[in-house]
Amino acid sequence: MTDAHPAPHKMSARGVSVSYGDKQAIRDVSIDVDMDHVTAFIGPSGCGKSTFLRTLNRMNDTIPSARVTGEITLDGEDIYSSDMDVVQLRARVGMVFQKPNPFPKSIYENVAYGPRIHGLAASKGALDGIVEQSLRRAGLWDEVKDRLNDSGTALSGGQQQRLCIARAIAVDPEVILMDEPCSALDPIATAKIEELIHELKGRYAIVIVTHNMQQAARVSQKTAFFHLGQLVEYGDTDNIFTAPRQERTKDYITGRYG
Amino acid sequence: MNPLALLFLIAGLGLIGWLTGRARAQRIDRGGAKRLHSLPSQHGWYVATWAVLPALLFVAVWASLSPSLVRDAVLEHPAAKQLPQFEFERDALLAEAKRVAEDPDAKAFDPLAAELAPATRAAENRYNWMGSAVAILLAFAGGLFAWSRIRAQLKARSQVERIVMLLLLVASLIAILTTLGIFLSLLWESLRFFEQVPITDFLFGTHWSPQVIEASNPGKSLGAVPLFWGTFFIGAVIAMLVAIPFGLMSAIYLTQYAAPRVRAWMKPTLEMLAGVPTVVYGYFAALTVAPAVRDLAVHLGMPFASSESALAAGLVMGVMIIPFVSSMADDSIAAVPTAMRDGSLAMGATHSETISRVLLPAALPGVVAGVLLAVSRAIGETMIVVMAASGAANITLNPFESATTVTKQIVDLLTGEAEFDSPKTLAAFALGLTLFVITLLLNIVALRVVKKYREAYE
Repeated sequence: MTDAHPAPHKMSARGVSVSYGDKQAIRDVSIDVDMDHVTAFIGPSGCGKSTFLRTLNRMNDTIPSARVTGEITLDGEDIYSSDMDVVQLRARVGMVFQKPNPFPKSIYENVAYGPRIHGLAASKGALDGIVEQSLRRAGLWDEVKDRLNDSGTALSGGQQQRLCIARAIAVDPEVILMDEPCSALDPIATAKIEELIHELKGRYAIVIVTHNMQQAARVSQKTAFFHLGQLVEYGDTDNIFTAPRQERTKDYITGRYG
Repeated sequence: MNPLALLFLIAGLGLIGWLTGRARAQRIDRGGAKRLHSLPSQHGWYVATWAVLPALLFVAVWASLSPSLVRDAVLEHPAAKQLPQFEFERDALLAEAKRVAEDPDAKAFDPLAAELAPATRAAENRYNWMGSAVAILLAFAGGLFAWSRIRAQLKARSQVERIVMLLLLVASLIAILTTLGIFLSLLWESLRFFEQVPITDFLFGTHWSPQVIEASNPGKSLGAVPLFWGTFFIGAVIAMLVAIPFGLMSAIYLTQYAAPRVRAWMKPTLEMLAGVPTVVYGYFAALTVAPAVRDLAVHLGMPFASSESALAAGLVMGVMIIPFVSSMADDSIAAVPTAMRDGSLAMGATHSETISRVLLPAALPGVVAGVLLAVSRAIGETMIVVMAASGAANITLNPFESATTVTKQIVDLLTGEAEFDSPKTLAAFALGLTLFVITLLLNIVALRVVKKYREAYE
C-alpha cells in the first residue's frame, strides 16, 4: 500500500490454522484485507485458499470436524470470540459460492431473504427499494425487473450468480467473500461478473478466490498465493504477477505446476 | 404322471441337451478351421432352452386347460345327468368326486360323487398321460431341433442373451400382472354387487347397516359414506395429525441437529417402529390407549364416551405411520443440496430460519409425497381398526365418538357365515375396490410429485 496514513485494516488474520480432524488444511496464515481493494487468493487446487476464505465468515462452523486456531478480526473485533454473534458476523461478511445457489423461490424473494431475516426493511415499500437497489448494483435489474416473481432457479447460470451477489449485498455487508464465483460460468457471464466486481469495489471489501490467474490479474489489486496450506506470498497484484519474490510463486504464475 | 416327476424329467432332458449341445460345439471347434461364433457352453444353453422352454410352456397351458377337459369328460358320463342344475351345488359335487378320485382313502358323502369318481379318475389319468407325453415329446423335439442347428456360425450367444432378457421381463411383468389380476377380480365381484345395488346408493348413501338388509331394496342399508368418512377421519385426519408433525420434526432433528453418533442409534430405533407387527399396535390401541382416551373423555364431561373411539385408533395409527413420514421427509431434506443450506447460513440466517425458510420449502414436494403415501397406508391399515375401532358407522366430527372404517367393515362382512352372492358379502368387494382405487390414485399422485421434484434438482 502506498497510503501516507494507512487506515486500520478491515479484516486481519494472524497465525490462522485450520484442520479437519487430523488433517491440517492451512497453517499459520496472516493476511490483511482492506476496504478499497479487491483481494484475490490464488493457488493450485487443494491449497487451502477456499478453506481460508470460509474462516473469514465462520462458514467452517458448519463442518463439525473443522477446527480453527489463530486470530481473525473484523474492525479490530475477534470474530471467533464468544462475544461475536455469528449471525451478525455473516450479515457483515457476505459470501458468494462457487456454484450459483439461488433458493428455489422467486427472484424477489431471493433478494428479500436477507433483509427479511435481519429485519432491515420496515415496510413493503422499503423492502421493494432494497430489492431494486441490490438488483441494480448486481447489474441484473434491467434483465429481471419484469419478472421478479419468476423462480430464481429458472435464470441462466450467469444471471443466477448475479442474483446471488444481489442477495449478498441486500443486507448491506462490509465484506463480500467470493469463492471461485465464475468457475461454473461461460466466458461472457464471467466477463459480466468481473465487470460487476469492478463496480462494487470501494463500496465493499471484496475477497475473491480464483483458480484463474488472468482473472486475479484483471480484477484484484492485492493477490495472495497459497500453496500446500501455506500463504507463500502476498502483495500488490502487479508485483506478484510481474516480479514475484518467491520461487514457488514464479513457478505457479508461469505455469510450471497447478 | 406325477407333475413333480414330469418337471424333473424335463429338467433332465434340458441337462442332457446342455451337455450334448456343448459337446457338439466343442467337436466343431476342435475339428474345423472356422472359429465358433459363441462359446461351447452358450451352445449348451441354447439347446437346453429349446428343450425346456417349449415343454414347460406346454405344461403350464395344459395345467390350466385340463381341469375343464376332465370336467367335460365327466359330464358325459350317464350318471352326470342326475347332477343338480344349480351351478354351485354341481361344482361342489364334481369337486367331491375329484377328491375321492384322487385320494383312495377319502369317502364320498354323496353317492352320486362316489359314482362319478371312477369316471373322474379315468379322465384325469387319460389327460395326464396325454399331457405328459406331449410335454416330453416337445422337449425331445425342441432339443433335437436346436442340437441339429449347431454349427460354427450359429449365434447362440445372442439368442441366449435374448432369452435371459425375456426371463427378466417376465419376472417383472408378474408383479404388474398380479396387480392387474387383483384389480380385475375385485372389479368382477364388484360388478356383481352393483347389479343388485345401485352404485349411487352405495357411493352416496349415508346409512350403513349390513346386518339388516331389506331384500327388496338392499341399497337402502348399504350406503358407504359413513365408512368413507370414518376411514378419512381416522386415517387421514387423526393419524396424520400425529404422524406429520412428529415425523417431520424427527426428520428435521435427525438430519439437521443430531450429532452423527446420536443419529446412528436414533434412526434405526425410530425405524424399528415400522417393524412392529400391526396386530401388536392393535392391542396396544385396544387395551391401553382406548381406555385412557375414554377416561379423558369422561373427565372432559362426556360420560357416555365410547371405549372404541376414533381417537384411540387414529392416535395409534398415527404412531405407526411416524417412521414412514419421517424417513420420507428425511430423504427429501437430505436431497436438498448443501449449497442451499450454506447459502442461507452465509446470509446470516440461523439454523432454524434456514430450515423453515429454505430447506423445508425445497423439500416440500418430497414431504408431501411422503404424506400421501402415508395416508394411503393408513387408510388401508386393517389390524389396528379391527381391534380398536368400533363397528358402528357414524358420521361424526367428535373424535371421542366411535367411527368405523372401510377395512374394518370388509373384515366384518367376510368373517362369520355368509352366502357368497348376497349383497352383504359382495359389498365387501365393492368396498375393497373403492379402497384400492383411492390408494392407487394417492400413490400415483405421490410418485408424480416425487418425479417432478427430482427433475428440479438433477
